[in-house]
Amino acid sequence: MTQYQVSAVEKKFIGHHILVAILALAVGSLFGPLQAFEHAGWDFYTYLKPLIKSYYQGLTVHGVLNALVWTTFFIMGFLTFNVIFGLKRPLKNLTLNRVGFWLMVVGVVTAAIPILANQATVLFTFYPPLKANWAFYAGLTLVVVGSWVEGWGLFLTYRDWRKENPNERTPFVAFGSLVTLLLWQICTLGIAVEILTMLLPWSLGLIDNVDPQLARTYFWFTGHPLVYFWLLPAYISWYAMLPKQAGDGKMFSDSLARLSFWLFLVLSTPIGIHHQYVDPGVPPAWKFLHSVFTFGVFFPSMMTAFTVIASLEHAGRKQGGSGMFAWIGKLKWNDPAVASQLLAGILFFFGGIGGLANASYNVNLVLHNTAFIPGHFHLTVATAVTLSFIGISYWLVPYLTGRKLWQPKWAVAQAWIWFVGMIIFSNSMHVLGLLGAPRRVPLGLAPYVPAEWNSRLFQVGLGGAILFLSGAIYLVVMYKTATNKERVETEVEVPIAQPMQDPANGPVWLDRWAPWIYGALALIVLMYGPVLFEMIKNIALTSPGFRVW
Amino acid sequence: MSAQKLHIDSYERGWMIFSAFLLVAFAVAVSVAAFGMGIQVPAPEQRVDPRTVATDPNSPWSNPGLREVAPGKYDAYILARAVPLWEYLPKELTVPAGSSVSFYVTSSDVQHGFKIQDTNANFMVLPGQVSKLTVKFDKPGAYNFICTEYCGSGHGIMYGAIIVTP
Repeated sequence: MTQYQVSAVEKKFIGHHILVAILALAVGSLFGPLQAFEHAGWDFYTYLKPLIKSYYQGLTVHGVLNALVWTTFFIMGFLTFNVIFGLKRPLKNLTLNRVGFWLMVVGVVTAAIPILANQATVLFTFYPPLKANWAFYAGLTLVVVGSWVEGWGLFLTYRDWRKENPNERTPFVAFGSLVTLLLWQICTLGIAVEILTMLLPWSLGLIDNVDPQLARTYFWFTGHPLVYFWLLPAYISWYAMLPKQAGDGKMFSDSLARLSFWLFLVLSTPIGIHHQYVDPGVPPAWKFLHSVFTFGVFFPSMMTAFTVIASLEHAGRKQGGSGMFAWIGKLKWNDPAVASQLLAGILFFFGGIGGLANASYNVNLVLHNTAFIPGHFHLTVATAVTLSFIGISYWLVPYLTGRKLWQPKWAVAQAWIWFVGMIIFSNSMHVLGLLGAPRRVPLGLAPYVPAEWNSRLFQVGLGGAILFLSGAIYLVVMYKTATNKERVETEVEVPIAQPMQDPANGPVWLDRWAPWIYGALALIVLMYGPVLFEMIKNIALTSPGFRVW
Repeated sequence: MSAQKLHIDSYERGWMIFSAFLLVAFAVAVSVAAFGMGIQVPAPEQRVDPRTVATDPNSPWSNPGLREVAPGKYDAYILARAVPLWEYLPKELTVPAGSSVSFYVTSSDVQHGFKIQDTNANFMVLPGQVSKLTVKFDKPGAYNFICTEYCGSGHGIMYGAIIVTP
């Protein structure tokens, strides 16, 4: 059986995305454990003074590189692959995609300069009136614009495919990728407006003051669907690749997988105010409405859990597994791509529960901006997403480079070490948050820390150290793979789990774009229109900028 | 063409119904807590000019502190600031047990947070906006209030306390 051949030049192009992503992860993850160590009272920043001036400069590097750069580059590379391979056709216009990629690279460099010069120690949320150097905002803009351009290139490729195949169902991996890209195009409007109408002209000295409440509202318009931009590529892999890798399983429900992607497109943007439950300038009625819809977006995640687990069960039983749970042991745990993603999925279960707590309107009063929040998103973006991407890279990098994965056993160990480290780190962060510990504070130095927090603070440091070890192993495995002299004999097989029912028998409306796009836009207008209109009408540009780091 | 209906496995249908039921139950629980028990989030209170809020003699935050508005009822005007130093003004408030205190907090510079430990009071403090929540203190003791939003290099030292006397 021969599989569709992605051209060498396209493989290289995708590989460049993965390379930048892993470099970002490498640098960003250096600082992760340093943050954790500060909680335990182990201060390494003193020794970094010539290079990195403070904990917060390190935290900015960590957040920007890990949450924004690693994810975005990996996602754009992976989705580009999915569209090409799924549609079985080359990119319509490789040059256009190249332009997008290089815009993103120039953006990262442009933003990195002020960050490294300690001119943009504003963390990855960059709430004004903390005022960074203009290059920071310009760089972020270029990254977003570059990702848009790459998205357009993929949409054009899809349009040609559709013209030639008017009655075919879009192959699932391409379908999921295109929905993710569309979501990204819609939701990044918030951050684009924030930067272009306020932060960039302000940092350039064209306007003197900004409205912090309005800026936060623009930010979270993008900030929450950003989470789904991270997650959906992992979902694509869990739905349509992992069951195959785990034991030749099939995708349990193609139609419901598609439906859940559409629901994510429609529901993930008009809920951003659930990050602003305790903002003073947002009326509670809107907060409540967004909280109800946030529960709504949990629904497709529950559907995803069912289909993914059912597909894995199919794989497990195919491998001779039986019983209620015993089939789990029959999955191919010694394949690092499988182990990473299964472990990522297990921790995501707890991430989901914590997310529901955050989303719960007044329950959030107990949790808002406590250590619970970084505890939560280290289970989601830093495990469900990151460990899944790591798992994907364990087959994708050998596929792209034609070089054998170096020491798969080490790769499996890496996933388990991440799993253990993250349990220790994240559990203690959650508990600290419930005890009242604030986020974004080097708690080892804070004057108000009661003695009862100390054992948990130590666990945060310990978890950080274990995660550091795991990250280091990952980088060694990747480096050794990329330079491996041993090549794969035949091209690595791209794992695609076939659906149990022929997608062609699914309803046509699952392959129509217009109603879902209009639905998504209409819901955004309903859920954000009035509240944003009021805020813009009553805009108060009264906040000058501050550099207090 | 007749087969082109949405196929849903019976187990999956059951799971979807269960999921929907669960989410509705959560939403109802939150609503009961919000509207039945009155555990509410902050609402727009007042807008101010952060450039003058700490200096304008007509602004209560030019003279922050506690005002007794009725027996056992207090308004606490608190200014959060990062310049010149990361602190709340005043840093300490004292009220007798059983007092109900309405906090009016604003910032004269960057964004801050305000979380009173062991209570449900937790909100953002934004320049230009006034954040308000009311807390009843029944148990004597010291309640720290802590800054929960990054506000510059001194974020981690920014806190104060409410002393509730017996």
